[in-house]
Amino acid sequence: MIGISGIVSKIVDKYQGDRDMLIQVLLDVQSGLGWLPKEVLTEVSKQLGTPLTCVYQVATYYKAFSLAPRGQHLVRICMGTACQVRGSPLIRDRVQQLLGIEPGETSPDMKFSFETVNCLGCCAKGPVIMVDDAYYGPLGVSDVDKVLEKYG
Amino acid sequence: MSRINSFAELEKLRQEIKGKRDSNKPCITLCSGTACHASASESVNEALERELDRQGLKGEIGLRRTGCHGFCEKGPLVVVYPEETCYINVQPEDAAEIVQGVKEKKIIERLLYSNPVTGEKIVHESEIPFYKNQQRLVFGPNRWIDPESIEDYLYIGGYSALSKALSQMTPAQVLEEIKKANLRGRGGGGFPAGRKWEETKNAPGEPKYVIVNCDEGDPGAYMDRSLMEGNPHSVIEGLIIGAYAIGSHEGFVYVRQEYPLAVENLYIALEQAEEYGFLGENILGSGFNFRVKVHRGAGAFVSGESSALMTAIEGKAGEPRMKYIHMSQRGYKEKPSCLNNVETWATVPFIINKGSDWFNSIGTEGSKGTKIFSLVGKVNNTGLVEVPMGMTLRQIIYDIGGGIPKGRKFKGVQTGGPSGGIIPERYLDTPIDFDELTKIGSMMGSGGMIVMDEDTCMVDMARYFVNFCCEESCGKCIPGREGLRVLLGILTNICEGEGKEEELPTLERVAEVMKDASLCALGATAANPVLTTLRYFRDEYEAHIKDKRCPAKVCKNLINYYIGPEKCEACMICLRNCPTGAIQGGKNLVHWIEQDKCIKCGICYQVCPERFSAVEKLSGEPVPAPVPGREVVRKKE
Repeated sequence: MIGISGIVSKIVDKYQGDRDMLIQVLLDVQSGLGWLPKEVLTEVSKQLGTPLTCVYQVATYYKAFSLAPRGQHLVRICMGTACQVRGSPLIRDRVQQLLGIEPGETSPDMKFSFETVNCLGCCAKGPVIMVDDAYYGPLGVSDVDKVLEKYG
Repeated sequence: MSRINSFAELEKLRQEIKGKRDSNKPCITLCSGTACHASASESVNEALERELDRQGLKGEIGLRRTGCHGFCEKGPLVVVYPEETCYINVQPEDAAEIVQGVKEKKIIERLLYSNPVTGEKIVHESEIPFYKNQQRLVFGPNRWIDPESIEDYLYIGGYSALSKALSQMTPAQVLEEIKKANLRGRGGGGFPAGRKWEETKNAPGEPKYVIVNCDEGDPGAYMDRSLMEGNPHSVIEGLIIGAYAIGSHEGFVYVRQEYPLAVENLYIALEQAEEYGFLGENILGSGFNFRVKVHRGAGAFVSGESSALMTAIEGKAGEPRMKYIHMSQRGYKEKPSCLNNVETWATVPFIINKGSDWFNSIGTEGSKGTKIFSLVGKVNNTGLVEVPMGMTLRQIIYDIGGGIPKGRKFKGVQTGGPSGGIIPERYLDTPIDFDELTKIGSMMGSGGMIVMDEDTCMVDMARYFVNFCCEESCGKCIPGREGLRVLLGILTNICEGEGKEEELPTLERVAEVMKDASLCALGATAANPVLTTLRYFRDEYEAHIKDKRCPAKVCKNLINYYIGPEKCEACMICLRNCPTGAIQGGKNLVHWIEQDKCIKCGICYQVCPERFSAVEKLSGEPVPAPVPGREVVRKKE
């Protein structure tokens, strides 16, 4: 089994240890692990020769990075303007109520993580929610139960 | 494929590709942009492939997955060539019929678009009103080519502009042509691209960099994504031409990782361009060298701002910096850098091929050429539209967009994303160009155009945009960080019915300070949605504050759901669906809502059958007392 240092070094090598590629390295590590544990950040800092504070700054600045483990399924609700005018706030409230967690949180059973996003770019299908790789829309507030049940 | 080493070899290859293809051979094209993907275009593709195989027609009928066609509302879209027969909302089950139809040259009536007014069926794509009133130049090739195939791009004349620039023009001539074309940046501000190029070229310092901004963060806008997904080579070609004019040998494409298909197609295209010799050393034997690196953006709206984007490419937190020194002087790594957005770069090959005079013949005095808009929100035909500058908002929303759904009344249209404004009905006849939109308090932005009807609350929209900017603010400058928080606080109070009249001037004062003192354009323009709604929809603010009433019946704190006892047919649907058990009544008993239990989720309003429409929203008036136990009086049949 490859340890954290092996995973990181493989990715760092892909970018020839280029410090400018910090964001790309973190994106690649996260796509494999699903999130960025503290040990990974330390390892990236060590291998790229970038101070840990800088790695941490980048990891907390960008929305794509998660410093906590994510649930089995990721529910993303589009809060873009087009979805907004077609009623996405009601959809968000309903998902929140059904999952019992706020946007940005993961359910205690690790089944769902719940995020709001600025625009999924499927404005014609709004309001849209995305569960893992699947899109659902246009949704009414009463359709949310059925969508989430599929992953229940 | 071996590298192309000269202009003659490129033309030879193009002729070979053309020779191999028979333009009369039937070809089924399937839109595979993200919106169609969301509507199962993947399974339609599999079904079509299976059918071609089953009916033994693989050699006779082509199948091509293309980029976004624009008419996302009706996706997945299939267009059959050479007749250009357009089928809408295609499902996997339709595949057999489509394939058979192509074979027998028959049209499948039921899959055609029908004009909502006349009911007339329309066969050809170009005759559908949505497309008919457009002028699709930059976005046009999307519907013909497979984004993963460089041969498709070469077939339609791809890289001929690059070849022309490198073989027949000096860098100075290329620059002159772009300047003469008056091409203005399509990303938001509308800064003349030629001037930016010239400044970068003349700036002291080497190396110089060219950058593509594909960090399309405006909510409700997705044209850059569709271009990058559907025709990445056009962006790359424009970038190489720009690099040649400026004297740059290294470029970057900054693309949002939230756009996985765009990232994937971009990587494929770059690899192909390198393989064919459009990138790398001695491009087409011209002696010009140029390479491109990809940076995926990790999700920060501010990083779409030019100085922030360059910081992000350096691998740091993408915060903007003061711009008293232009990026064209000192940008990426303190070197002269020229950044343009996707659409701007993709327009360049057209100008080089057809000339600046041609480009100047399209558009208005101050804004030349065409612009792609994402026409979304409360409009019948949602999708991407490309029109000449100077078309009016009314033409776009009504002639192309088909007007407002369900006969509702138009209220406003939002342009320019979080930096723009909401334009009321009285300005619908404004011709759209960079300057006209600024005059009425909004801006062009990247091209989002979100239509709003009478059910949209303007105070809530202002709050939405301010909240958006508040979440996305990098926090570096005080006007941006604190100004937004003050605005958000006041707007939230108003939406919740706690607003005070004396706070309205505060909104305006804070907005002014933000405009003058913010570090970057995002902070300086963040108050635009507030200012335009205050200017055009002040009555809505006043209704919220004085009457505690939300005229559009959106703001949760100011509305109540109510079941009209005369209309309720006691069908039990809302009662069963209510998540909190707030709805009382029963079989044959008129339903009523226990207001204390109601969380205003809106489910009863949505599920009440349209023929009853018993559930209504009340705002600014007391909820009539319920009469428990009242029986339904049904009209005799």
